[in-house]
Amino acid sequence: MLRAARQLMQRDLLLALRRRSDALMPLAFFLVTATLFPLAIGPDTRLLRSVAPGIVWVAALLSSLLGLQRLFADDHADGSLEQLLLSPQPLEVLVLAKVFAHWLTSGLPLLVLAPLVALQYGLEPEAMGVLWLGLLLGTPVLSLLGSIGAGLALGARGGSVLVALMLMPLYIPLLVLGSSAVVAASDGTGSAPHLMLLGALLAGSLAAAPWATAAALRIAHE
Amino acid sequence: MNQPYYSTANGARRRLTVFTFASPRNFYHLAGRLIPWFAALGVLTGLAGLAIGMLVAPTDFQQGDAYRIIFVHVPAAWMSMLIYMAMAGWAGFGLAYRTGVSSIMASALAPTGALFTFLALWTGALWGKPTWGAWWVWDARLTSELILLFLYLGYMGLHASISDPRRADRAAAVLALVGAVNIPIIYFSVYWWNTLHQGPSVTLGKAPTMAPAMLAAMLLMVAAFWCYGIAIALRRARCIVLERHGSAAWLRRRMK
Amino acid sequence: MGLTCQQLTCRRGRSTLFAGVSFALQAGDALWVQGRNGSGKTTLLRSLCGLALPDRGAVHWEGKPILASRAHYHSRLLHIGHADGLKPDLLAWENLALGGLPGERCSREAALQALDEIGLKAEAQRPVRLLSQGQRKRVALARLLLAPARPLWILDEPLAALDQASAAQVGQIMQAHCARGGMLVLTTHQDPALPGARQLHLGVPC
Repeated sequence: MLRAARQLMQRDLLLALRRRSDALMPLAFFLVTATLFPLAIGPDTRLLRSVAPGIVWVAALLSSLLGLQRLFADDHADGSLEQLLLSPQPLEVLVLAKVFAHWLTSGLPLLVLAPLVALQYGLEPEAMGVLWLGLLLGTPVLSLLGSIGAGLALGARGGSVLVALMLMPLYIPLLVLGSSAVVAASDGTGSAPHLMLLGALLAGSLAAAPWATAAALRIAHE
Repeated sequence: MNQPYYSTANGARRRLTVFTFASPRNFYHLAGRLIPWFAALGVLTGLAGLAIGMLVAPTDFQQGDAYRIIFVHVPAAWMSMLIYMAMAGWAGFGLAYRTGVSSIMASALAPTGALFTFLALWTGALWGKPTWGAWWVWDARLTSELILLFLYLGYMGLHASISDPRRADRAAAVLALVGAVNIPIIYFSVYWWNTLHQGPSVTLGKAPTMAPAMLAAMLLMVAAFWCYGIAIALRRARCIVLERHGSAAWLRRRMK
Repeated sequence: MGLTCQQLTCRRGRSTLFAGVSFALQAGDALWVQGRNGSGKTTLLRSLCGLALPDRGAVHWEGKPILASRAHYHSRLLHIGHADGLKPDLLAWENLALGGLPGERCSREAALQALDEIGLKAEAQRPVRLLSQGQRKRVALARLLLAPARPLWILDEPLAALDQASAAQVGQIMQAHCARGGMLVLTTHQDPALPGARQLHLGVPC
């Protein structure tokens, strides 16, 4: 079972390597979006520093939503998703493998870019650290919950917009916890409870999301 | 043991089980008989509730007459929440037992739930203006209502985007269940967000301490919304059954 | 034992695609499903795989319903559908090694050998998106050579887009499979050249 999961991950990573632009575009989107806000709001450093956590999280969320199309749509179109459904291994494990590979190519690079954006907004090092930790815990949740949306939207007409509409309410706890952790760190009130709750969200999504996604994939093939 | 029986149109006797009304034909007939009762009850309780709420209940000394909007706002908000849970329940039943009618019931409830949510938001704004001077305050309850509206819209959007009706039912059912599981988490995080960021707690306004007349009006309005919700959802479900099974023999016989 | 199908009924929208389909396959049996376009052949095959759920009826493998013993059934099944299941950006041999049989490892050498046997030795190192449709079909069918241990093959239009020589070769592979004691269900518009194959006609009013 683990061998099959590893094989699937290998395949997805190889594909991402061959089509680098598919994986890099959402990251470029993240950078561009994060740059739009200072242009719209004005270069007041104090204001930017206070809105930075929210903006970074929203930009991360949006870029993750855009990158979700890659997860299942191509496999569905060429028939390899159907073969996954016919595999003797539990579908939930295979879904986890795919989501992990997706996170490696979409969430992990965000962790590299986020400090750069934080510098743009003038965040202090401590706040930046909490932001980074929050993203470390939160980007896998983005991928996990996103896989549910991507699975449900297979064979539906709406595309990215539909996936975004479905997933936005589910992302809100993540957004609230992630950005308030940074605010708490800047205030000095301590971000530990926020980060721990983020960890709980991650644990919960790891346990529950693959089931929902597997159900969605089976329904899409009926 | 004496099993309950019912008679079918051609005189045969069948056992009554949990799944009796999972057949579109039985459901269609049952719904047809229930709708007038619920509709009438809804109108009666609604009129009574509004009459008591607007005319009989005393003026609140803090908020004046503006508080009377709660007789619409609170029942709408409660019902929007209840309907989502009912929707998720029907969706789960439909997924587990593959009964099409359960999923039809879920998709029939969604627009009504969304409407109640929208109503709750509007009346919330109307209440906020005289009490706080602003059309919208980022109150934890109002914000949660807004997110609930998004959950409904997501459900309806997904359902509308899939062409095959049975697959649409099942996919939307999964979404409804995922949403239902997430609702406590969302409510908690919105409450957390609200208490963290605001200095003085901004709440929409406490409902005034309930005089008996106010309580009576409130309960009557809740009953009215509930009956209306059931009646309209059953009616919508009947329409969906007509759409999907329109060529079935039993329907054609009725239409003749 | 083997594959049994009882009273399978499938509806699509308001019309019934097929109703009351029943058969039983033993080791060495082949079933050729025929019917006009739109008569539900693909739906029948997908129901046999467990991908689509029938409105009525049940499919059993070795006496147990397939939905109850999914993992076991899938380990004995090889399905090649309309879509070839190949990733366009991977090389032909990579497709077989990394995704040929989900859950089973296939080494590079085995993949290259399978491609060699099916006559695509030169194309093994090319990305699939550069291959012609017939060549892609043959890469997908190379999976048949990797799966001698799977007794049940369910193939949807395996001979489509193939030239005569390739079609004959695939026919021989299928014959050898049945001779080994395997079971085969296939749909095709051409004659699969399987002597002794039972025929099932869908869409014929009974």
